[in-house]
Amino acid sequence: MNPFSSGTRLRDMIKAIRACKTAAEERAVVRKECAAIRSSISENDQDYSHRNIAKLMFIHMLGYPTHFGQMECLKLIASAGFPEKRIGYLGLMLLLDERQEVLMLVTNSLKQDLGHTNQYIVGLALCALGNICSAEMARDLAPEVERLLLTRDPNIKKKAALCSIRIIRKVPDLAENFSSPATSLLKEKHHGVLIAGVQLCTDLCKVSEDASNHLRKNCTEGLVRILKDICNSPYAPEYDIAGITDPFLHIRVLRLLRMLGHGDADTSEYINDILAQVASKTESNKNAGNAILYECVETIMGIEATSGLRVLAINILGRFLSNRDNNIRYVALNMLMKAISVDSQAVQRHRTTILECVKDSDASIRKRALELVFLLVNDTNAKPLTKELIDYLEVSDQDFKGDLTSKICSIIEKFSQEKKWYIDQMVKVLSLAGNYVKDNVWHALIVAISNAPDLQGYSVRSLYKAFQLSSEQVSLVQVTIWCIGEYGEMLVNNVGVLQVEEPMTVTESDAVDVLESCLTHHSTDITTQSMCLIALLKLSSRFPPSSGRVKEIITTHIGSVVLELQQRAIEFNSIIQRHQNIKSSLVERMPVLDESTFISKRAGSSQANISTEKSNQQLPSGASLKLSNGVAKPAASPLVDLLDLSLDDTPVPTSTSNDFLHDLLDVGLTNSSSSGVASASGTDILMDLLSIGTPVQSNTTPENGSSIKAKPNTATVQVVDLLDGLASNGSHPGAQSPVHPSITAYQSSTLKITFSFTKQPDKPQVTQIHATFMNLSSEAYTDFIFQAAVPKFIQLHLDPANSNHLPASGNGRITQTFTITNTQHGQKPLAMRIRIAYKVSNQERLEQGQINNFPPGL
Amino acid sequence: MIHFVILLSRQGKVRLTKWYSPYQQKERATVIRELSGLILSRGPKLCNFVEWKGYKVVYRRYASLYFCMCIDQDDNELEILEIIHHFVEILDRYFGSVCELDLIFNFHKAYYILDEILIAGELQESSKKTVARLIAAQDTMVETAKEEAGSISNMISQAM
Repeated sequence: MNPFSSGTRLRDMIKAIRACKTAAEERAVVRKECAAIRSSISENDQDYSHRNIAKLMFIHMLGYPTHFGQMECLKLIASAGFPEKRIGYLGLMLLLDERQEVLMLVTNSLKQDLGHTNQYIVGLALCALGNICSAEMARDLAPEVERLLLTRDPNIKKKAALCSIRIIRKVPDLAENFSSPATSLLKEKHHGVLIAGVQLCTDLCKVSEDASNHLRKNCTEGLVRILKDICNSPYAPEYDIAGITDPFLHIRVLRLLRMLGHGDADTSEYINDILAQVASKTESNKNAGNAILYECVETIMGIEATSGLRVLAINILGRFLSNRDNNIRYVALNMLMKAISVDSQAVQRHRTTILECVKDSDASIRKRALELVFLLVNDTNAKPLTKELIDYLEVSDQDFKGDLTSKICSIIEKFSQEKKWYIDQMVKVLSLAGNYVKDNVWHALIVAISNAPDLQGYSVRSLYKAFQLSSEQVSLVQVTIWCIGEYGEMLVNNVGVLQVEEPMTVTESDAVDVLESCLTHHSTDITTQSMCLIALLKLSSRFPPSSGRVKEIITTHIGSVVLELQQRAIEFNSIIQRHQNIKSSLVERMPVLDESTFISKRAGSSQANISTEKSNQQLPSGASLKLSNGVAKPAASPLVDLLDLSLDDTPVPTSTSNDFLHDLLDVGLTNSSSSGVASASGTDILMDLLSIGTPVQSNTTPENGSSIKAKPNTATVQVVDLLDGLASNGSHPGAQSPVHPSITAYQSSTLKITFSFTKQPDKPQVTQIHATFMNLSSEAYTDFIFQAAVPKFIQLHLDPANSNHLPASGNGRITQTFTITNTQHGQKPLAMRIRIAYKVSNQERLEQGQINNFPPGL
Repeated sequence: MIHFVILLSRQGKVRLTKWYSPYQQKERATVIRELSGLILSRGPKLCNFVEWKGYKVVYRRYASLYFCMCIDQDDNELEILEIIHHFVEILDRYFGSVCELDLIFNFHKAYYILDEILIAGELQESSKKTVARLIAAQDTMVETAKEEAGSISNMISQAM
């Protein structure tokens, strides 16, 4: 005997392992045993292979790797004795799974064993095949199994039938071969064979339409007879469970009948009687009886049953629902979900019971009940159901709140007929469980509020009140911030008070207090803080007296370590300080967000699952588009994005955010060739204009691609221009070669602007423009500011004007130089929108225009 | 179909696993861990069904062991409870008042019994008597074979 082989018996090893106090001890013992087993295997020690595999299996169950024993299993299977084969097959089933290639090596042994004279060995092989075979093995050995289906021994027959089930599942094409043997199985008397046979037929129906028809024609009668026999049979001790003869067979036959009767009126009619008999005769005080009734009700629901039968089924369900056993109630809720499609009125009658189940202490029951309630909601009962659910939301468990909240929100959205009710319910839900509410839900709320102008005052006041009570719910805070920013003046001036409202006075400083407290309390949430900042900016415009205080608050964030907040704080600060003239137009009321497109987009995007942080932020706060662009946009971009949204009303994913601006420019540029300035180009003015509010070059993006239709511009002209432009180098206004004549860029009754151009020969893309402004009116202009906006592919650099006082009647001129770089030189012409702001007798004036008549070649 | 059968002790130790669907070794370990957490933490009065990853897991506690079976959404949970009970009763009859220790030291026999009740995740035999008879017959075969082997080696060792 090998001194290294493990002499310990299986029992002793198990005892030793169980005696280990620590995991390290156990590992040591296991390692020792594994080493012994390994050496025993390599020694080819026949005596102990049986024991070795048993030990290996135990070690495997503990979780240790045991792949070195796989070949040993194969050897055991190939040996002649029954005990070796038995343990070998067991080891095979435990240590291997069907994906391992080693399994293929067993195919030959299996084939031989399937033809063995010893019935028990055939049984072992069938069992192993049925549990673990792969598709290739199934294909190889299917003929053997088919043959075995026809033997006399019921033990082999039933194993072969179940093995065939696995074969069919792995290789559905082979289903036809098993069709007729399966039908003959149904004529057997042995219950084991019957159960396996019925199951085989059920699986055949699932896999093959033909088999289904074949069975329907030939076997329905036989099945009904089987069911009748066991239903009416006297006490049979061998198969009796809780007073019922073989409930397992009952259930399987019922299931097969369901598959056969589904969609087929004749079969359904034929089995009506037996179903009624089973449903009424079976006792339901034990689990076995209930299992049969459950299957029976499922079958009734699944076929074309008579209404009498349906009523019977629903009654059984009602009884189940009021049963005290949790299992039965769970099963009933499950069935009721299917019953709704059959007879929803009947299910509605049990609504109160189902609502009680939503509040049950058992998590599985609660979940089922909630889904069922959701299916039960219709227009008439939506309001009371929602009220009940919201009441329950207050007291429900944390882990259930998420599910419950999303269901409540779906109900509210689907069934709200009046906006006011919708807003009320949403405010309640947000106050109770705002942290569980998904972003697109409260976005929808904002869309709804913006679409209901008469309810805006009411909404902002309700939100304000709700905020006072539950300010930890982040979504509530965010919606409140947005609304206070947008509709602050409605809140303070009590605009649009509805009759049901209690009087409430909110001062401007209260509103600002709210925003300030949000900034401090939610200091970790960047979204909330960003929203606060923009709302504060809006308030500083809507409540001019509070502007100073708002400015102070914003200034505290100038040093914030979060880039987004710092940027916003600085820019908003600068708007408040220096750009009061555009501030009010910047933070005008947001254009109404189009609900229908929002909803359809949301349905699309929720399917495509593009609900990123960025795209969500686009909707509530226009300025947040900055985040997605990643390009440093100057302070004016809130208005930019506003217009983005109004142009293309939907909050689309970020990947297309640049396309908006692209589209804008599209429209803008095509209009440049025509004279009409559409409203779209109106937005373009502002967009580009404001993008040069600070002396930053307006952005060039590479997105401007194919769809821009440029003015026809032949390349040759460019070359000629270039060459001609070689001569001139300086910036003498007017002293230019005639290739780039000066133009009257803009002329109105009060103002005239002329441009003259210079180009440097080595930089064809760069043009210097000298603008001369003439005052055509009889009053002098002061604080004269000229602004220009260009498309994205053009860079503009403005030099300061020589003065901002323009004497009247053309007595003096202001000149200003700017440099233009056309990155698409030769492909796209120059275009420019201009805006002139000045004061006449301390009154502000504004003039805007578009310059289309640039000479080609710039 | 039944996708797998797991027997867990109260402390989360695995006493028996049988997989009827393809699960790799790592996946098996994960599944066991997850289900242990899910099932062992449930209170006694709750229902015996847990929803897990789109499947249903039916479990029942017998003394210190949890018998868990994972089934599809459209299977009959109450029937699976009956199958679990069927299995336990057969084990009881075989071992004579079975306890957890029996299943630890004779796990291979427990597997043999399970193999006579379920194949391919479906029920094989509804009669306890038949199952007992088949197991007994196979045990006898093993005994005879061992005796034969023992007597041959006796003869050889005596001859030497």
